[in-house]
Amino acid sequence: MRNQWGKPRGLVLVTALYVLWSLIPVAIAIQFSFNAGRSRSTWQGFSTQWYVGDPEAASSVFYDPSLRSALNQSLKLAVLTMLVAAPLGVALAIGLARWRGRGAKPSNFLMLFPLVTPEIVMGVALFLVFDNLYDFVPFGTWAQFLGHVTFSVSFVVIIVRGRLFAIGRDYEEAAMDLGASPWEAMRRVLLPLLTPALVASFAIVFALSIDDFVISQFLIGGANSVTIPVRLYSGARLAPPPSLNALATVLMVVTIGAVVVAGLGYKALTRRFGGDDSALETVGRFEI
Amino acid sequence: MPTNLQSAEYDTVGQKRWVWPGFAIPGVVWLCLLFLVPFYAIFAIALGRIDPILLRPVPEWNPVYWDPTVFAEVAADLFGGQLGLVALRTIGYVFAASALCVLIGYPVAYFVSRKAGRWRWLWLLLILAPFWINYLMRMMSWVNLLSPDGQVNQILSFFGVSSFPDWLSGQHLVVILGLVYGYIPFFIVPLFAALDRIDDATLEASRDLGASNLQTFWRVTWPLSRNGVLGGLVIIMLPMFGDYYTPNLLSGSPRTRMLGNSIDQFINQTTSQGSRGAALTIVLMMFVAGLMAYYLVTINRAAEEARR
Repeated sequence: MRNQWGKPRGLVLVTALYVLWSLIPVAIAIQFSFNAGRSRSTWQGFSTQWYVGDPEAASSVFYDPSLRSALNQSLKLAVLTMLVAAPLGVALAIGLARWRGRGAKPSNFLMLFPLVTPEIVMGVALFLVFDNLYDFVPFGTWAQFLGHVTFSVSFVVIIVRGRLFAIGRDYEEAAMDLGASPWEAMRRVLLPLLTPALVASFAIVFALSIDDFVISQFLIGGANSVTIPVRLYSGARLAPPPSLNALATVLMVVTIGAVVVAGLGYKALTRRFGGDDSALETVGRFEI
Repeated sequence: MPTNLQSAEYDTVGQKRWVWPGFAIPGVVWLCLLFLVPFYAIFAIALGRIDPILLRPVPEWNPVYWDPTVFAEVAADLFGGQLGLVALRTIGYVFAASALCVLIGYPVAYFVSRKAGRWRWLWLLLILAPFWINYLMRMMSWVNLLSPDGQVNQILSFFGVSSFPDWLSGQHLVVILGLVYGYIPFFIVPLFAALDRIDDATLEASRDLGASNLQTFWRVTWPLSRNGVLGGLVIIMLPMFGDYYTPNLLSGSPRTRMLGNSIDQFINQTTSQGSRGAALTIVLMMFVAGLMAYYLVTINRAAEEARR
């Protein structure tokens, strides 16, 4: 009889071809961000001119005003969004997990809705509301910031809620049996146990925001609110110099950095405080 | 103090009853103001009036006064006009791309979750990698490869091909493959998770009872992974229906226009067509309502299970 667990050669081949197909185009784009010449298809030697090159000689991420401003705008939005969406989402998660009253079910439903709404619908909705009702909010950074927080809050809730269910209420009840007040129990027992989820939330919101294209584009105000993905979109078909590849590469490195921080932080802290780490997998499911 | 804990004012963890809703309120208010109200604004604009002098849409917040004129125009265009063609094309593209995602993605997810052996972690890392590379960067890479002097044509001319089509203008296949390239990672990863959850013992049992490899796959693995396939399909089809950047970058021609392109055009590129854009967004939501409902139920069920 054939070995039932034998090497499935066909599957290896399909998977290998898939991985090559999915990563080689990006690898080539990264390679040409280091090209010594202006071409994005003919290799002319290694150079970092498209990253930090002299403004006289070439446009570079560091010196070209439009590229640099896109980088600044993306970082600014991601940091602002992270600082507001993470605490807001953590509080919402704690509230929704414990609240048993009449409003709990509809609130939970409301929280899930942004996760299943196509981004273009949210983009149109926010555009129309800022254009017609909240016209005191200017398009650009402010509108983009409000939009980014809105779509990332629910992700935070999902991460934190997974962890809250894993922790349960026993620790808090034990703390209060030992004489802690409800507030002390929360501050000294629940919040430390939630730390991994908090770290992961901050980093995931940062990554979600810096990676976003649709909301940023619908709520754009002017040239100085162009983010990196919007800049890539508007420049890609205009025979751009390799500095656009360099900008994309910078974005990739920053995003991967945030994800590594999330993953490592979560892993290290769960080990320290105990608990499962299924929430990060959950988030992977929703991330588009 | 402890006696208070028993009273009706406190719940089991000893918090006052208003504490938990108090935690939720800032988030709930935020979502009401910046999700629910904007969502409603789509309807208020689509079914509102057009200012006769300024020619810009005026929202009508009271459903009693909703005016279906613009919506009726869009509906007429949908059944028998240009928009109908765009809608059919959108459905065609999304279904073709989704089918390809299943055909390519299933073997990949299956291999990495069940057969990858010692190097599993590396394979997993490789299929996760596109997740963290910006979608626009991945599309830009293809724009570059497919440009007239790009690598694709270089390779083709190496093999003696001398005349090339303009890959980046109006090619249906390029747009469909672009959609597959863009969204397939989001199909593979949830499917991987579903396949990963299947207990090896189940498969061994099937084999012990005399099933062949193929029978085991069809009668055990495939049924157990069906929810993963459905979940992955919903996750990729929702954004695909609203996509406009992929056809714009990889083609930019009216021949490959999707519903999202029309919405993008009415909202982002013109100032007075907001109500048409809003009406089209409602049409788009009718297309994806089933998918959204399915997804909502799945997430909710996952949360209920986690709670237990």
